[in-house]
Amino acid sequence: MTGQLAGVSIDNVNLYFGNNHVLKDVTLEIEPGEFFTFLGPSGCGKTTLLRLIAGFGKAQSGRIRIGTEDVTDLPPWKRNVGMVFQSYALWPHLTVRRNVAFGLEERRLPRPEIRQRVDAALELVGLLELGERRPSQLSGGQQQRVALARTIVVEPQVLLLDEPLSNLDAKLRVQMRQELLELQRKLALTTIFVTHDQEEANTTADRIAVMEAGVIQQVGTPAELYDNPTNRFVASFLGTANFIDGTLSEKKGQTVFRSGSGIEIPLKPGQLHAVKGDGAGEHSVMFRPQSVVIQSAGAARQQQGKVTIKGAVRHREFLGSTIRYAVSVGDTVILVEDSHRRGEAPHNIGADVELNLASEQVILLSG
Amino acid sequence: MTTHWGQRAVALLIATFLLLFLVVPVVQVIFVAFQTPGTGTFTLVNFQDFFNTSLFREAFWNSLYVAAMSVLVATAFAMPLAYFTTRFEFRGAIVVQTLGIIPLIMPPFVGAVAMQLLFGSNGSINLLLDEWFGINIPFMEGLNGVIFVESIHYFPFILINLSASLNNIDRAMEESAQTLGASGLRLFRRIVFPLAMPGYIAGASLVFIKVFDDLGTPLLLNVNNLLAPQAYLRISSIGITDPMGYVISVILVGFSLLAMWVAALALRGKDYSTEQRGGGGLAKRQMRPWEKVLSYGVIAFILLLVLSPHIGLTLLSFGTIWSFSVLPDGYTIDHYQEVFAQSPQFITNTLLYASLAALIDVTIGTAIAYLVLRTKIAGREWLDYAAMAALAVPGVVLGIGYLRTFFGVPLPWSGQPLASWWVMLVIALSVRRLPYALRACTAALQQLSVALEEAAENLGAGKLATVRRIVVPLMVGGIIAGFVTSFATAAVELSATIMLVSRESDAPLAYGLYVFMQTAAGRGPGAALGMIAVLIVGVATYLSHRIIERGQRARGLADEY
Repeated sequence: MTGQLAGVSIDNVNLYFGNNHVLKDVTLEIEPGEFFTFLGPSGCGKTTLLRLIAGFGKAQSGRIRIGTEDVTDLPPWKRNVGMVFQSYALWPHLTVRRNVAFGLEERRLPRPEIRQRVDAALELVGLLELGERRPSQLSGGQQQRVALARTIVVEPQVLLLDEPLSNLDAKLRVQMRQELLELQRKLALTTIFVTHDQEEANTTADRIAVMEAGVIQQVGTPAELYDNPTNRFVASFLGTANFIDGTLSEKKGQTVFRSGSGIEIPLKPGQLHAVKGDGAGEHSVMFRPQSVVIQSAGAARQQQGKVTIKGAVRHREFLGSTIRYAVSVGDTVILVEDSHRRGEAPHNIGADVELNLASEQVILLSG
Repeated sequence: MTTHWGQRAVALLIATFLLLFLVVPVVQVIFVAFQTPGTGTFTLVNFQDFFNTSLFREAFWNSLYVAAMSVLVATAFAMPLAYFTTRFEFRGAIVVQTLGIIPLIMPPFVGAVAMQLLFGSNGSINLLLDEWFGINIPFMEGLNGVIFVESIHYFPFILINLSASLNNIDRAMEESAQTLGASGLRLFRRIVFPLAMPGYIAGASLVFIKVFDDLGTPLLLNVNNLLAPQAYLRISSIGITDPMGYVISVILVGFSLLAMWVAALALRGKDYSTEQRGGGGLAKRQMRPWEKVLSYGVIAFILLLVLSPHIGLTLLSFGTIWSFSVLPDGYTIDHYQEVFAQSPQFITNTLLYASLAALIDVTIGTAIAYLVLRTKIAGREWLDYAAMAALAVPGVVLGIGYLRTFFGVPLPWSGQPLASWWVMLVIALSVRRLPYALRACTAALQQLSVALEEAAENLGAGKLATVRRIVVPLMVGGIIAGFVTSFATAAVELSATIMLVSRESDAPLAYGLYVFMQTAAGRGPGAALGMIAVLIVGVATYLSHRIIERGQRARGLADEY
């Protein structure tokens, strides 16, 4: 039961609530059949953007197209868009079956067809036998499935999911997100999913748009965003990161990043695309804690292509599979994640250590 | 944990009070209705007599008709207002709130006579209509008058409940229907209205009960072929041994319960608000200019209608002669002087009775709220049920019950019957208004985290000290709200009062108003008395509002407890 495949294109959308600029020049291309995620902290504008696609709220400028049709000026009920609300919004005065049938009834379909399609939708989400119940008699996960069935039964061109898992407990959330993904693959339905949870986004999405303060910060696959964030916000929102501020200089024909505390990292030309102009002024680099190898001072041999940084352990957290160290290097603190195996003695607090970092693990940030 | 003996004693005391002054009198009335006069054996003959008397049959149908029509007319007033305030960007909320307190603090009978002068066949409006269009609309003829006065008075009950329901609808409920293709009237009919239905039913059933039981309005409009006036007239003219008054009482109580039951049945499993996480009400939009004109027009019209009893009362109280003219012939303050000079006891009695009754109410209300919410005493919720049951007992019934139960008991020091002692009036008032105070106190205590009390106990305070130093101070807003609601409604209560007042020197304001309004010459002073009542109630309500507001500001984040 698939609708015709349609992508969504958002073109230069600006939206204000009073003086509050909520969406700033948002431009996005969502491919047909794609599982796309808007990821960002609360208040970043992700839900507003989703609601705009559904037809709730009005942008002051910009166009939205679904497939080939410009829907910018269409009211919600004239767009063939399915939305699952954060609160599910199941109507308490109607049974599960009547809830699911609602959209088909609004489309004035013949009764036998409605019955058959409602059955199929309830079957799909595994709730066929609960059709005569009221929403209040269902568990959170079941309500979620009804909301999903009610939405997909009308065969929308696009499925919009507004934090649909946030009302479930942690275990159910993992299960539901897998079911959601399976269902999306089965129906090949263009899906836009809004969440503030990076794990949820990473595990489901084909591509993610990271949003902050009404601006799309970066778009890419989960791995692209994690490995090659373009700015500090994306880097820290998608995991733990070390940031070091410093300047660029030339040394033996190579560009070298140098921090105030004296850390020097040679950079290859391929790592410099974020540099604009002549590269003067403040820059910052980012690397992940697990990219750093920690060793006791003196034990290490200088390795080819690796930067060695001397420091002292300031703080230590035992996390089971890993141990996280905070290492002081001058006045900066570098986080290091060392994988832990049984019986290995951790470095003590105050111990002098050497950190080895491959320079290709380092990203020069543009902002 | 063993139950504190003090808590048991308090529970026992309250139980005795409710038993003596609510349960026994009402049960007494019901017994008498089913007894053969004189012998005391069980019989249905009284009910047979009742339905075989054409006057009573007529009164019965009239009461049903008046109550049902009042609900309809009140709905017609409430619907557009509720719709405007919830659907549009519109500062109607204040109007709704202000309208909401009118029926609570001012019973319709106070302005009933004034309404006759405004809307009667020779009243201002009809005189104008006759002059301009040559028509005369019988707003106030017979039952119409009762329906008219009651519905413009009680429609806010429907308005508040309906608006609250509409405002509680999760916006996503509407939006999800829109994404599925519903809009406009279909959306309203299939989603919005069913979700708001519980609020409407709650309001409508309340209006039905209030009108069905009302004694004051028909008496003042001199419409006696209704149930409550018939009960009063039988008892006051024939005496407390006549069974018809009791039969009518049983019917009144029965219909009150029936209306509550039907409402409860209709509402069962439909507490939609708890299932809706978002709330926030429907999507609001700006009004187009013509919509603005229309809606403000409708609101101004309804406001004028609602305030017409007060306008009429003001004119009447200051007017010299007002008859067959649009406005009074001249203006004077003589009526006020007459009231203060000749019968100041009406005012002082009212202040005394209403304060005492309200004091009893908040004391019992706080105690019951505490017992129910914070202790494990067996049967504690029965105190709550019993106190709330007073809602289903019309004033006439309680009055008749008191007469029957306490008339034969003489006061030890004067030999006067207990039923005609003024203290009984205070007790009757407190029993009738207890539900209001109890709900206010319960709500206040529910908002209070138990941890606050546990912290006090942890620091060494006993149960009593905790209640005195922590619970009551934090509940004070709710207690004041309860006190004022009880005070204001007790100050203008007539139906139980009129049965129990034995002499004018003991009578409160509402009774005085009734007596004055019986004669044409008394209307002026009667209206003046009515204005004084409005003033007392208005000032009390305003003061409580200020006190509660100031308390909330002083406590800052107190709401988050």
